[in-house]
Amino acid sequence: MAKHPRSLVPTVGAAPPIEVALPRPRPAPPWRLTRCLESERLLAALLLTPAVVLLALFIAYPFVMGVWLALSDASVGSPGTFVGLRNFVKEWNDSIFQTAFQNTFFYTFWATIFKLTLGMWLALLLNRQFRGMRLVRASMLLPFIVPTVLSTFAWRWMVDPTFSVVNWLLYSLGLITNKLPFLSDGRWAMWCAIVVNTWRGMPFFAITLLAGLQTINPDLHEAASLDGANSWQRFWKVTWPLLKPVTIVVVVFSVIQTFADFQLIYVLTGGGPANSTHLLATYAYQIGVATGLLGEGAAISLFMFPVLFVVVWFQLRYLRRLESA
Amino acid sequence: MDRPRSDRTTGVDRRTFLRRTGLVAGAAGLEGILGARRAPAYAQGTKLHLLRWNDFVPACDEELRRQLGEAGRALGATVTLETINANDLQPRITSAVQSGTGPDIIMLLHNWPHLYEASLVDVSDLAEWQRKDQGGYYSQSEAAAKVGSRWVALPHSIVGVQMAYRKSWFDEVGQTTWPRTLEELRLVGLKLKKNGHPIGQTLAHTFGDAPTWAYPMLWNFGAAETDVTGRSVLDRKETVDSVRFMQAYWKDACDEGALAWDDTNNNRAFLAGEISATLNGASIFIAAKRGADKLKDEKDQPLWQDILHGPIPNGPAGSWAYHVAFSHGIMRYSKAPKLAKDFLRWLAAKEHFGKWFEAAGGFSVGANKYWEEHPMWPKLDDAMKIYRTAARVSRMFGYAGPPSAKATEVYSKYVIVDMYAKAVQGMGAADAVAWAAGELRKIYG
Repeated sequence: MAKHPRSLVPTVGAAPPIEVALPRPRPAPPWRLTRCLESERLLAALLLTPAVVLLALFIAYPFVMGVWLALSDASVGSPGTFVGLRNFVKEWNDSIFQTAFQNTFFYTFWATIFKLTLGMWLALLLNRQFRGMRLVRASMLLPFIVPTVLSTFAWRWMVDPTFSVVNWLLYSLGLITNKLPFLSDGRWAMWCAIVVNTWRGMPFFAITLLAGLQTINPDLHEAASLDGANSWQRFWKVTWPLLKPVTIVVVVFSVIQTFADFQLIYVLTGGGPANSTHLLATYAYQIGVATGLLGEGAAISLFMFPVLFVVVWFQLRYLRRLESA
Repeated sequence: MDRPRSDRTTGVDRRTFLRRTGLVAGAAGLEGILGARRAPAYAQGTKLHLLRWNDFVPACDEELRRQLGEAGRALGATVTLETINANDLQPRITSAVQSGTGPDIIMLLHNWPHLYEASLVDVSDLAEWQRKDQGGYYSQSEAAAKVGSRWVALPHSIVGVQMAYRKSWFDEVGQTTWPRTLEELRLVGLKLKKNGHPIGQTLAHTFGDAPTWAYPMLWNFGAAETDVTGRSVLDRKETVDSVRFMQAYWKDACDEGALAWDDTNNNRAFLAGEISATLNGASIFIAAKRGADKLKDEKDQPLWQDILHGPIPNGPAGSWAYHVAFSHGIMRYSKAPKLAKDFLRWLAAKEHFGKWFEAAGGFSVGANKYWEEHPMWPKLDDAMKIYRTAARVSRMFGYAGPPSAKATEVYSKYVIVDMYAKAVQGMGAADAVAWAAGELRKIYG
């Protein structure tokens, strides 16, 4: 057994010195956890590992599998073989795909415009002080909270071709003599889908923009008013520049969600009539899952990737520019 | 260390004994398994999971659930039934096959067995047994479940499709019998629509009602998807004639909102008195009779008494229909394929299927002519008797070529349905046919 070093501690008077055992400095073991954690690199790697594993499992793996499927002739029950870009070429020349591709842009563009405009308007209204403000703000989130399938079923009932409550109301008020073809006419059906998407997505815009509005110092508005700015000038010269970063982020999120929308169309129109409301996601589902052509279905969904990649790239570029400014 | 061993005298120690007896037992077991040519009983499992649609006749599901208990006791197994919306069956099959787990037996509609052939157990032995037991199959059932010379699903039933119509409303416009030709139907429909009672027929993306109407429209005008070799032949004058008829019929006789209907809309519209006729299974009549105390006509009489059925009227090339074939497929990933086969055999036995068949009350008929002679038929209402032999005049998707997965692709993409849907929305008949023919060429070649 190793002996501890001993030292003589001087004592007062003539008393003999007392021997005290002091700990001997020992060399630290090379791989102690605390020592590892002192290294910033190791600690960072350790902290990142769970996130990386989750991303690899639930994002990277499905994505790589999707790419592989898109490059193969896989179908239900058959793993398939590599076919290169054949699926992409086939879909690009497929008239239903072309319709779905155009529909997806149309639907995303108009739904985003409406959501932004109405969301901004609602946020500006809610930014004022009034009685019951909190209740109104909370209830505004309802369309966003209710599951999409459920709320879309309610809309489907309201615009049902035979039993539409809207048609019944308009007819009872003497405003129409024939039923309006909400879902039975291709154009009407697409606009119905855009309206439902706007109704559902607008609260997300409003609440996010409202949060942005509340970070703007009221002194700036006061100063602008003193300088004689009217309400439009105050919005355009004060509010909008300060709200722009939040708006860009919320628009990008919305574009991504709307471009890849599935549930709403699936429940409301099923892509019909005659494919007039098919989006890339619903068509990919029809081909990949209902028809069993997994390779072609994956290729259709991958057509969304470059579009969304460009959108995200612009967003990140813009935000970096803001940060550096 | 060399220790004295007490069993040295026998030459067999404990370990040697266990090893040798184990080997013998193992060899005997293996020999037994090989001799029987099947997996040992313990590997078969004692649980079965059956997936079917929510039947349009709830009594059928009730009867089936009752039978599952009986079957379970007879087979020493636990059989569970799961029912889902018919629209969700294909997504469910895809996910089950791809993940290699899910229901052991799945109900298959139309010619889906061709699409999922690689994932289905060969049930030729069962199909041959049923053929010997109950006679030859309807061609529709055979086309649906037989791939080449192999049966990959066991035919179960056929849902007959006829036009349900309101007799009193037809009488009102001077049509006292069911129209014999499609042109007659259009002219009657014109009068009915003027009276506020249009005919209701969906051309939307539905699993049943739209294709069962659209495909016969091709055949009854002499058009077809393919020739006998399976090559696409849609782009013909007969197809254009058929589309032209549909355009006129749609505008003159139909509820134009039906472009957005699903498979239940026409049932609800008919029972609500919104439409005068629709092509459907017998579920409208059955529902009207079941709800006789609530579902009344304008004279406050039970609605079912005013409902009759008629076949799709003749076109220039005759009257053909698409009656929906149903079969059961055993999935290859199932851990109990033997038990699944035993169960299907039990379910298809005359004494068991007969009870389910009676519960269906004519909505579903058997997969073979044997069931045309069932004593239930004379007891049914006159309106239902037309379903007895309906399945005889049926064609399969992909006609006139051999049934194939390509025909299922055309069906799943709604190419034929959308050809008509585009035309009734304003596209020229020739253009709509050219579009559909282009799509078919990509699929059939």
